[in-house]
Amino acid sequence: MNSIEIKDLSLNFGNVKVLKDLNLSVEKGEFLVLLGASGCGKSTLLNCIAGLLEINDGQIFINNQNVTWYEPSERGIGMVFQSYALYPQMSVKGNLTFSLKNAKLSKEDIEERVKNASEILQIEDLLDRKPAALSGGQRQRVAIGRALVRDVEVFLFDEPLSNLDAKLRTELRVEIKRLHQKLDNTMIYVTHDQIEAMTLANRIAIMRDGLILQLDKPKTIYNYPVNKYVAEFIGSPSMNFLKGKIVPNKKPVFKLEGGWCETPDLSNYKFKEDIKEERQIWLGVRPESIVVGDEAEKLPVKFNLEAEVVEPMGADTLVWSQIGGQEFHFIIDGNSTINSGDSLRVGFDPLHSSIFDLDSEDRL
Amino acid sequence: MTETQKNSIVTEPRGPKPRKIMSRRNIILYGTLLVVAIYYLIPLYVMIVTSLKGMPEIRLGNIFSPPVEVTFEPWIKAWSQACTGLNCDGLSRGFWNSVQITVPSVIVSIAIASVNGYALANWRFKGANLFFTILIFGAFIPYQIMIYPLVILLRDLGIYTKLPGLILIHSIFGMPILTLLFRNYFTTIPEELFKAARVDGARFWGIYFRVMMPMSLPIFVVAIIMQVTGIWNDFLFGVIYTKPDTYPMTVQLNNIVNSVQGVKEYNVNMAATLLTGLVPLTIYFISGKLFVRGIAAGAVKG
Repeated sequence: MNSIEIKDLSLNFGNVKVLKDLNLSVEKGEFLVLLGASGCGKSTLLNCIAGLLEINDGQIFINNQNVTWYEPSERGIGMVFQSYALYPQMSVKGNLTFSLKNAKLSKEDIEERVKNASEILQIEDLLDRKPAALSGGQRQRVAIGRALVRDVEVFLFDEPLSNLDAKLRTELRVEIKRLHQKLDNTMIYVTHDQIEAMTLANRIAIMRDGLILQLDKPKTIYNYPVNKYVAEFIGSPSMNFLKGKIVPNKKPVFKLEGGWCETPDLSNYKFKEDIKEERQIWLGVRPESIVVGDEAEKLPVKFNLEAEVVEPMGADTLVWSQIGGQEFHFIIDGNSTINSGDSLRVGFDPLHSSIFDLDSEDRL
Repeated sequence: MTETQKNSIVTEPRGPKPRKIMSRRNIILYGTLLVVAIYYLIPLYVMIVTSLKGMPEIRLGNIFSPPVEVTFEPWIKAWSQACTGLNCDGLSRGFWNSVQITVPSVIVSIAIASVNGYALANWRFKGANLFFTILIFGAFIPYQIMIYPLVILLRDLGIYTKLPGLILIHSIFGMPILTLLFRNYFTTIPEELFKAARVDGARFWGIYFRVMMPMSLPIFVVAIIMQVTGIWNDFLFGVIYTKPDTYPMTVQLNNIVNSVQGVKEYNVNMAATLLTGLVPLTIYFISGKLFVRGIAAGAVKG
């Protein structure tokens, strides 16, 4: 059963098309992350689902009910905002009970729900405080609690962790994941942070210019990005892109621009279409899939490089280099003793790389 | 290092040496401020001492000298005995008229304008911008243009020269600037708060009364001060849209001071003027702190 179903949704701000004929269905209990750079329409889409923006065309179903013209409070959703959006003049308890009082629930029911939610989020001691007297993490917990007490089917998160510092962000990220495992609600989560997306999501929808580019499991998106933009967006440090061409001499072969390196047989690569003629392409190689040293000898593609900049990051070390004038970086073990200027033997398996057309930048 | 030196290291204040209080710069600065302050306060001083003198003492002509014999007779006369036209019950009648005009006008204008501002800031209905432009345009139309049409309007409504008529006039004229004030304040309240309230099931009035209003005390104080002083000090509308029975305090004050019959009782005039100015002055003193905070809150986002 689908928890959320969006059909042909369009939204314009004046003459600007913000969302274009968008279709999306989210299963019950699924954790979907909307990922994209700022201005891609991900928060707008979330606001449409919440009913905070009136859409121009299309339909929205929540729990098989057409809620396109419903008020936000009638849609069975709870929402958590980036700025927490706690009512400053109310205590934590007042914040939690505001929606329940609006819904005219009985006093016992309200008490019960506040008790449950505050236990789950460990904010029992804070109930009498004003939001101003809370830390950022506590505030965001209360904000989640406000959605929790409403006992709704769908949770909407609008970049809830962006205002927190790095350590707290990791903590709360785990907590949100734990919450999802416990409650088994449908959750839609908007973020521009690809690590949050990878760690939290059952499925990720990568958006750009009001369109969903790819909607898939995090691992699938990581391994098989549909185009160069997605490939660049997911993964940190980002993917290497080597300009070159594919030559289909019986078996397809990749040749780097300038002829610096050549791959052996690529016929095991899952091409979407047959390569019949020579094509200009980008070869995308993940920095973490590149192997350095003796191990590299076992791999199909190997060559010598000079390390130009070495960035130790603790667990890993990031090495920046060049191959045939094209920028090339890769991750090696943090304990290695490579210095800039050292010559390295480097290898990778082209079957684990991604190939994109040079012009359309789509996956081949 | 001796014992005393050790102690002095611990106890002495750190940082650069404090500057002299009587430096050249300070003398010039505070001297100028003092002169300006005296310049502004002298009229008030003259008014107060004159209002406490008897007429024989005033005739001597020393307007700056303090009263030899302090008398509150002029204050009592100004409040309850001074004549305007046929009525000889002093300013008290005007005072109560002004209270009856000011209180409802302030409440009505602020109640409507704050809801206007809230709707314009948060509920972007169709034509909101046009509506706002028209409303603001009202602030730029000279009052003189509207005086006569409003006389006709009030006459047709049957409230010309009556207090409700003047209340209506003040509420209308307060609307553009107050709406602008409230709209600008409400737009500084984070939009997510409004969204959260909508998700939480609050509607138009629920959000206004339970979320927006409690957060907007400073701007309400600013609006109250603006309206109380503005309406209390109004003379033009007061003199046009009322008759002697319903004259507000300012009009009555003018009639007392400009009365040409008999002797000019300067002490009574001064006392009457001070009495009239007392209400706005009190409002300023009571709410001064909130006023400053409100203006700052309206101006700077945060």
